[in-house]
Amino acid sequence: MGQKKFKWSNLYLIFVFIVLYLPILYLIFYSFNEGGTMNSFTGFTWEYYQAVFADKRLISIVLNTLLVALLSSLLATIIGTLGAIGIHYVKKRQTRNTLMSFNNVLMVSPDVIIGASFLIMFTFVGFKLGFASVLLSHIAFSIPIVVLMVLPKLQEMNPSMITAARDLGANNLQVLSKIILPSITPGILAGYFMAFTYSLDDFAVTFFVTGNGFSTLSVEIYSRARQGVSLEINALSAIMFLFALILVVGYYFIQQYNMTKKQKSRERERAKVVDLL
Amino acid sequence: MKQNKALYFVPYTFWLILFVIAPILLIIYQSFFNIHDDFTLENYQTYFQSGTYLKMTLNSFWYAFLITLFTLLISYPTAYLLTKTKHKQLWLLLIILPTWINLLLKAYAFIGIFSMNGTANQFLSFMGIAPQQILFTDASFLFVATYIEIPFMILPIYNALEELNPSLISASYDLGANSWQTFRRVVFPLSLTGVKSGVQAVFIPSLSLFMLTRLIGGNRVITLGTAIEQHFLVTENWGMGSTIGVFLIIAMVLTMLLTGEKKKKGAIR
Repeated sequence: MGQKKFKWSNLYLIFVFIVLYLPILYLIFYSFNEGGTMNSFTGFTWEYYQAVFADKRLISIVLNTLLVALLSSLLATIIGTLGAIGIHYVKKRQTRNTLMSFNNVLMVSPDVIIGASFLIMFTFVGFKLGFASVLLSHIAFSIPIVVLMVLPKLQEMNPSMITAARDLGANNLQVLSKIILPSITPGILAGYFMAFTYSLDDFAVTFFVTGNGFSTLSVEIYSRARQGVSLEINALSAIMFLFALILVVGYYFIQQYNMTKKQKSRERERAKVVDLL
Repeated sequence: MKQNKALYFVPYTFWLILFVIAPILLIIYQSFFNIHDDFTLENYQTYFQSGTYLKMTLNSFWYAFLITLFTLLISYPTAYLLTKTKHKQLWLLLIILPTWINLLLKAYAFIGIFSMNGTANQFLSFMGIAPQQILFTDASFLFVATYIEIPFMILPIYNALEELNPSLISASYDLGANSWQTFRRVVFPLSLTGVKSGVQAVFIPSLSLFMLTRLIGGNRVITLGTAIEQHFLVTENWGMGSTIGVFLIIAMVLTMLLTGEKKKKGAIR
């Protein structure tokens, strides 16, 4: 391939990346604007960051959001992992496929449908809308992704390990805690991370089932954004961007860890060979 | 062991019944009730007889189609070029990162960029064009929706291209094909699975982006999602909302059948 063509292709990629990041950087840039608008930068200030930290209501919403995200992803991971182990042991292929299709229903459903149908369900059983309904909904839509993350790891697991453990006298609990769980840990962690971000990111479902009185960050941003520009949101988005960055880096390392330890050990061996040479 | 297996399934089955099967049945059930809680087919009648709902549905499909098309046109070359870069993992991570930023914040950024005195208009006047109303137009809605969906299209296409066996490309060149022929006859057909799951991951959510139609489209664009939200949370006519929901579910199933039952890879939502 010619040198020139290579450069053109890089130009296109860089252009796409600039477009992807511009709005986010734009938000962060104006969060420091003394002028209080999002169009002309008049001077540098930390004012809006101070405002965010002084805003008790906003802080409590942030804490609520984090609490929902942490709890829902934790519970979703437990239920999802157990479900994945259960699905893995289903012998009949037909049944397993049916289970997987049901599992994926919430993955492909539009948020609005999930939100509306959960709202009907909660009212139908007379459940009070608020923290608990939001938490339950978040657990519900996070479970399928955990299953999808854990299942491949179960399939990669060597079944003779379990047979060997049983032959050596391990009971069910020991097999689960000493053999199955350690070998699927990367999948569980990836599932937990995904569930956590799903929960943090969600707006539509929460919007439907939140009722009055309880609010998460997305819902709060939506209602504020409808009233127009307020640089407090910008400051908040800058903080959230940093937070997302940390999460992504964390997820990246888990992925790297996931990327088969084999590869790493192979690399290590190669390094050894190089050293010998 | 039998008993143990059943134990694994208890919470999962609860979830499956309560949060997957029951909600779908309930939304169908609710669609047969009018605003006075009578059991009728009235909602379906209204849906088909008053032209507004049919028009809205078609409109929604048209917008979702446009969003998917634009996303595909931008994402395919990006994914293709990504597979050719040196530090693939890093680039890919950079593509994923924006999806971790809350969608509402991205929409909010565009409120600033597209506003009357915003950056887009400053750029236009710099180019010698008078400032325009950009926010609250159909074009701005399409632009922002496309922007938000791009990563969800890039990832599946990228995965499909990565799985492609490179020896097939070498074989194609050896057999005398030029690079365009190789792309058209070998690379593109083999990456179609990725395109299909990308279309699935973009088209279905595009039918229901109600927050964007409100914040960016200024209520000019009404999608199926906007209509459902309106009926459920504003006018409290749950029956009609559920009826539209049923049609959205049908649209979803049709899309999935058309694009094949492929696992969604790397879809983050």
